[in-house]
Amino acid sequence: MNFSEVFKLSNQLCKISPDGKYLANCVQYRLVVRDVNTLQILQLYTCLDQVAHMEWSSDSLFILCAMYKRGLVQVWSLEQPDWHCKIDEGSIGLVSSRWSPDGRHILNTTEFHLRITVWSLCNKSVSYIKYPKACQKGMDFSADGRYVALAERRDCKDHISVFVCDDWHLLRHFEAETQDLAGVEWSPNGCVLAAWDSCLEYKMLLYSLDGRLLSTYSAYEWSLGIKSVAWSPSSQFLAIGSYDEKVRILNHITWKKLVEFEHQATITNSKAVVFKEVEKRPVVPTEDLSIHQIAMGSSLFDTRSKYEIPPLPVQVPVVKPDPDRANPKIGISAVAFSADNRYLATKNDCMPQCVWVWDMRTMGPAAVLEQTAPVRCFAWEPRRARLAFCTGNTKLYLWSPAGCLSVEVAVEGGFQVQSLFWHCSGDSLVLLGKDQLCLCYMATKEEK
Amino acid sequence: MPESSFEGISNIYVYSAMPSSRQYSQSTIPLHPFRHYSGTAEFCTEENTSECMMYISQELLALGLSSIFFDLNGIRELDVIPALNSMYGLLQLHRRAVGMVAELEVEQLRVSSDLHCQQLSSSKLKDQLELSKKENVRLCERERQLEANIKALHNCLKNEKEEVQKLQNVIASRATQYNHNLKKKEREFSKLKERLNQLLTDKKDQKHGMDVLNYVGRSDGKRSQWKTGKADARHESEMYKALLNEFDKHQRELMTENAELKKVLQQIKQEMVGILSPKKPSGGTLKEEKRTDFTDQQITSDEEENSCMEGMSCDHAREQLSNSIRLQWRKLKHHVENLDNKVICFPASLVQLGQENSEEMISKEVHQEEMERLKVEIQQCKDFINTQQQLLQLSTPWDEETAAVLTDCYMLEEKERLKEEWRTFEEQKTNFEMERRTFTEAAIRLGHERKMFEEDRATWLKHQFLNMTFTDQVNIKTQNALTEYAVQEQKHISSPKTPL
Repeated sequence: MNFSEVFKLSNQLCKISPDGKYLANCVQYRLVVRDVNTLQILQLYTCLDQVAHMEWSSDSLFILCAMYKRGLVQVWSLEQPDWHCKIDEGSIGLVSSRWSPDGRHILNTTEFHLRITVWSLCNKSVSYIKYPKACQKGMDFSADGRYVALAERRDCKDHISVFVCDDWHLLRHFEAETQDLAGVEWSPNGCVLAAWDSCLEYKMLLYSLDGRLLSTYSAYEWSLGIKSVAWSPSSQFLAIGSYDEKVRILNHITWKKLVEFEHQATITNSKAVVFKEVEKRPVVPTEDLSIHQIAMGSSLFDTRSKYEIPPLPVQVPVVKPDPDRANPKIGISAVAFSADNRYLATKNDCMPQCVWVWDMRTMGPAAVLEQTAPVRCFAWEPRRARLAFCTGNTKLYLWSPAGCLSVEVAVEGGFQVQSLFWHCSGDSLVLLGKDQLCLCYMATKEEK
Repeated sequence: MPESSFEGISNIYVYSAMPSSRQYSQSTIPLHPFRHYSGTAEFCTEENTSECMMYISQELLALGLSSIFFDLNGIRELDVIPALNSMYGLLQLHRRAVGMVAELEVEQLRVSSDLHCQQLSSSKLKDQLELSKKENVRLCERERQLEANIKALHNCLKNEKEEVQKLQNVIASRATQYNHNLKKKEREFSKLKERLNQLLTDKKDQKHGMDVLNYVGRSDGKRSQWKTGKADARHESEMYKALLNEFDKHQRELMTENAELKKVLQQIKQEMVGILSPKKPSGGTLKEEKRTDFTDQQITSDEEENSCMEGMSCDHAREQLSNSIRLQWRKLKHHVENLDNKVICFPASLVQLGQENSEEMISKEVHQEEMERLKVEIQQCKDFINTQQQLLQLSTPWDEETAAVLTDCYMLEEKERLKEEWRTFEEQKTNFEMERRTFTEAAIRLGHERKMFEEDRATWLKHQFLNMTFTDQVNIKTQNALTEYAVQEQKHISSPKTPL
């Protein structure tokens, strides 16, 4: 495992191009584009203000830089560095900006979600979409980029509109049977749209592409409901994580619950391997024992950590949330399937130091990873069943069915890993610190 | 005493000892009971008057009466007055005795009637006691039931309270969530109002638009098309095509899965049939029947299934297949259970049954014995081979080549093993070297840092003491001491450290 040198970063804005060749990151108001393998700077662009959001177009030819405070969006071309494009939203303000799947349209959401403006880079046409809803995930593009589902709120009722991305033609518009629609997500095969209610009501609606309601699923009433949703890559399963610390898996044939994964505080299932991170304090050399030793800190020797497998039953540390606050820190906040459909990784907010990995073939827990600090971010590799995660310290953790590994990020000056994401080929990882970024190249042979 | 009078006295005693209660219950006491005093004639006759008189006087004396019948002169003559007095005394005694007897009889009657009363009352009380004991038991039972009821009701109450508490918690969390959402909306609303105000007062209206150097071509290279009704229809048709493709794919997958499962079931069924039908012809008539049963069924069901298997799954074939499999499975289960029973319960009888069955069902014990024997044989053979090897090694003539070849071929394994071990050892050694190097570097760095720190510390201490106000001598003295100390420390630090 090799680590590259550290580069400056602002706002955690760093993206790899969809074709995997370039790495773009923002430093204050500059946009830097590097080659992924050599890390040499290929292009350098200067924007008008500090960049709040940066995104590659789908064909890796253009980069969008949005400055929300100024209401500006600037688009840069990789092939023609002289080409420039500036979109000014004016007094209406800008809250979010993104590419359309064809890489030639930009969707700007104005302040207060008054409307969504669709700017075209190919011609002079401008389209407006009214009444978008401000919610957790109000817009989702289908995987093949043909359709977009948008959550709308008209006359105090939730509606869903499906547009064709080709020419922004409204394909379907129907009322959603939710109290307060919180999000929409297409299945990977693009034929089913999942829509769910806000946490005050547990309701998952499944619509077909042509707007028919296929099924409704509600696990329980009254208590806080859905917190996170994930489709499996084959569209076979829909995983719903909720505030009652359980993940329910629906199957795509009957849309009924297939299995319920419970995150228990005491693990007794012998099929689950519990990996517990244990930190080792450095050993003081005994020759120089004198009063001066007290002044010596552990800055020279970093704390090594390794994984232990404690015998069952294992007690997992639980943090009780404050009951008087809204959006309590309890429940399954993150759910993700691995690329081969075999594993599901989840994180329970009241056990913030643990990552749970479930095996979809045996429908049971495969591993529980207990760290020494709360887990900040985890990501599956895009090709194989390998999970990378970080806890905000200077280490990178990897889990695969073969075992678990903790790697010290070997760069000068310490590097606190706040978040990470994989390169689309799965050969390297991008680690983001507070204002730094670093690449980690995986070794060809898997280490144990 | 003369014998006749003695007899007469004994007769009197006999008579007077008779229970005369019946007689004396009469009110009048006959002074002349004809029966009893019939003995007087026999008691006193003309011959024995003096003896009688003596005897009577003795008796009277014994009773405490003045019994002197006769004179003290020795002449026994009857004294009438004391005699009459004695008679009177006797009569009184008699009357008293009779009275006492009557009283005693009355007393006895009373006591017996009392006793009878008491007995009745005691039996009555015993019955009452029984009744009240039963009543007590009944009441205890009732009390126990009521207590159990109370406990159950307590539990119900507790459960209800818990549910109420839970619902209250739910309500509270929902309320906080609502409040939170409401606050968010209010904040947004106020921002909107501000912005609206700002826009109304702001004269400059910033025009929004796009400024681009030149328009770019579409990513797929085609030209964009006009929006017409045809385009709409095209979109609709594309959408339905996508959906239909998905459905087709799904259906195909399910069909293939179905076909595979059916095949598997068929295989299982055939295998079960195969297992249940014995290979030996001497299996007994029961098994033969079974086999023909199976094959018959198999033939009929197969035919039906084959006719329906191609393409469509008809309900009939499906049901037929699943029923036949269930039947086979049940038979197989029975068969296995029978086998187990036979093997466990009748090993002896099996042996007796003879060759017919011994080949089919080897009893467990015999089987185990065979296994043991074979194991022992294997062990013996192994030992034999080892000894042979050793003998061969020792006995062959030792010319250099053969010896070398022989040693090599016997030692080859060990050599390989040693090589492996050497390799791992070398690896470990290099790892240790690396670790040692990193440690030494770290230690050197540590030493440097420590030296710097100590120098700083020494200078700081020096400054501190120099700035304090003391007498000169004391100053000088302390300074000297300190500088000495600091110098010593520096010397100590600057001496080279041995690596770890």
